[in-house]
Amino acid sequence: MGGEPHRLVDAACLSELALTRLVHFTQVLRRNAFIIGLKESEDAARVLASDAASRAATLRAALKSIFCARRSDWDKFDDIFAAYWLDRGRRRIVRMSPHPRAQARAAAQALARPEGAPSPAAGLGELITGDDPSSLEKPQDGVGRMEGASRAEHLAETDFRKIADPDAIAETQALAARLASKMRWRLSRRQRARTKGIRLDLRRTIRRNVCHGGVPIELMWRSRKLKPLRLVMLLDVSGSMSLYTSLFVRFIHGVLDHFREADAFLFHTRLAHVSAALREKDVGRALERLSLLAQGAGGGTRIGESLATFNRWHAPSVIGSRTCVLIISDGYDTGTPAALAAEMRQLKRRCRRIVWLNPMLGWEGYAPIAQGMQAALPYVDLFAPAHNLKSLAALEPYLARL
Amino acid sequence: MTITREEISERLAATGYVADRELPIALQLMEMLGRPLLLEGEAGVGKTEVAKALAQLHGSVLIRLQCYEGLDQSTALYEWNYQRQLLAIRAREVAGADPDAVERDIFSARFLLERPLLAAIRRDDRPVLLIDEVDRADEEFEAFLLELLSDFQVSIPELGTITAKSIPRVVLTSNNTRELSDALRRRCLYHYLDYPDVERETRIILARLPDVGTGLAVQIARMLEGVRKEELRKVPGVAETLDWAAALLGLGVNNLHDDADTVHETLRCLLKTHEDRARLTREVSARLLGKVA
Repeated sequence: MGGEPHRLVDAACLSELALTRLVHFTQVLRRNAFIIGLKESEDAARVLASDAASRAATLRAALKSIFCARRSDWDKFDDIFAAYWLDRGRRRIVRMSPHPRAQARAAAQALARPEGAPSPAAGLGELITGDDPSSLEKPQDGVGRMEGASRAEHLAETDFRKIADPDAIAETQALAARLASKMRWRLSRRQRARTKGIRLDLRRTIRRNVCHGGVPIELMWRSRKLKPLRLVMLLDVSGSMSLYTSLFVRFIHGVLDHFREADAFLFHTRLAHVSAALREKDVGRALERLSLLAQGAGGGTRIGESLATFNRWHAPSVIGSRTCVLIISDGYDTGTPAALAAEMRQLKRRCRRIVWLNPMLGWEGYAPIAQGMQAALPYVDLFAPAHNLKSLAALEPYLARL
Repeated sequence: MTITREEISERLAATGYVADRELPIALQLMEMLGRPLLLEGEAGVGKTEVAKALAQLHGSVLIRLQCYEGLDQSTALYEWNYQRQLLAIRAREVAGADPDAVERDIFSARFLLERPLLAAIRRDDRPVLLIDEVDRADEEFEAFLLELLSDFQVSIPELGTITAKSIPRVVLTSNNTRELSDALRRRCLYHYLDYPDVERETRIILARLPDVGTGLAVQIARMLEGVRKEELRKVPGVAETLDWAAALLGLGVNNLHDDADTVHETLRCLLKTHEDRARLTREVSARLLGKVA
């Protein structure tokens, strides 16, 4: 590592070393899920050449506002900056790693590296992980992986790939497509021009009638535009649901494929946002990414806590006024029913409809007496069985009416 | 032309806005790079205030566009004054004017109604353009905004292209009700406004309500720090702090410890939902008060 890293530029002209370091820095940031284009790098170079670079604190703040684009970036930036430019926090992070093997490897890498090579800083950026979901997608050797306090966490990876039977997939996809086309379109406040409508469109009327010398002979109207219903799906992938997980994952994949606006989350003892992974067209790759995200699937369930996470962090951005939330779970919850009820109440306030699909409901003699289920029921608009493809198909008219 | 960071800090303070340490740097970069600034943060941390302070700081006009669902070009950019157009058409018809001349005339600048965006780019002095709660507008509008922010020119089919006389300073705010597109985020400088720490909040109270003594201001700020750590649905923002400080001032409270009952009753006024009120019991407020030295 070069000396005095925070006093790299003292003149107006940018030295080659500083520029190289900057380029490496942007690479580190990109690896930490920052989205950085050429324009940002260019601006950063200008900042580096200005007097803002004379002090580490101002340089940090300046680069921060250029490179960050969202809250998660904002929270991570300071640590990455300190690690890269000030060589701080590095050892601490390596020591925190719970995996002795990763530690040994990091040490070995540090030894193998030639003196003064710029790569060590880049390597360390990788070790810094935030709570950004994309950082979860990378296979990491225990470093920075989210630790869940689970009572029965099942750490083995659940293999969603075994459901990649082409026929079954095609069938579910077709069902999802049918459903998507039938879901009622909601009226939006946006208006579009029509020859018939509810409000006179003066702009187009005048334009249209210029040829009549301005006498409004042909009238143009505006009517309200239709907007599709938004669907947010929360799928329980805990142990008790393991029989059905594969079916629903296929279904969700199909829905994400056909709905323009849909989001999917998996939960067990914690919640994972999986829309990005499932949007992958190729089923095999989608399921592979999903397996990585669903660490801990097949263990216990904490519906209340997962919903709390959802309400706190995801709901504001994925739920709008015309959103239907679809929860697929058997309602067996290891958390307290009161917590679940409170979160359901909050969710109910935000969204248009809550549909709860319970696979157990399809069983003969089953009554929703599980405490969690009891707590959640008052807030559910539609409570329906879903234990196989057939029952999902039977659900179609219900869901289409929402 | 160039304005230093220190000057920005000083002038911000003079306008009564107490900034965090990083904001002046972001504002300086705005000048230097000519990019818009995207402000995010919880409701009530003073995002809109930043734009107001920025306008004061540069001594320029603040033009505000409040976004909402269904906002479209005719409310954000321009609209023809149809009533006047129709009137003009009728008047000329009676006078027997040439139809071509009529057409040319009714689509002239005289009949154009300026909306905030057009107003901002047609001004000579660089105004501050505040696009408030951009996340509430829908994606169609966001895409349109993106185009405007990169070229600062607008084409009106009947009039031709209008290019900005001066590039406005643009501030966008978002409450994160919808995820903004990466393209828009990338176009902007980013600043996340957090709830102020005790020291900054004290300075804000003193700047806005000079009659509150320093001692009380510190106590209020400490108390608020505690309240924000409670698990509340709606965390009170800076505006609520100021309301509370004003309330205490009005009730003649000089020291929070003197009158625990009044503190409890007024503190509950900060909370905007029934659940939060139920959560902040007398015991909780007593505990919070206990932590305030």
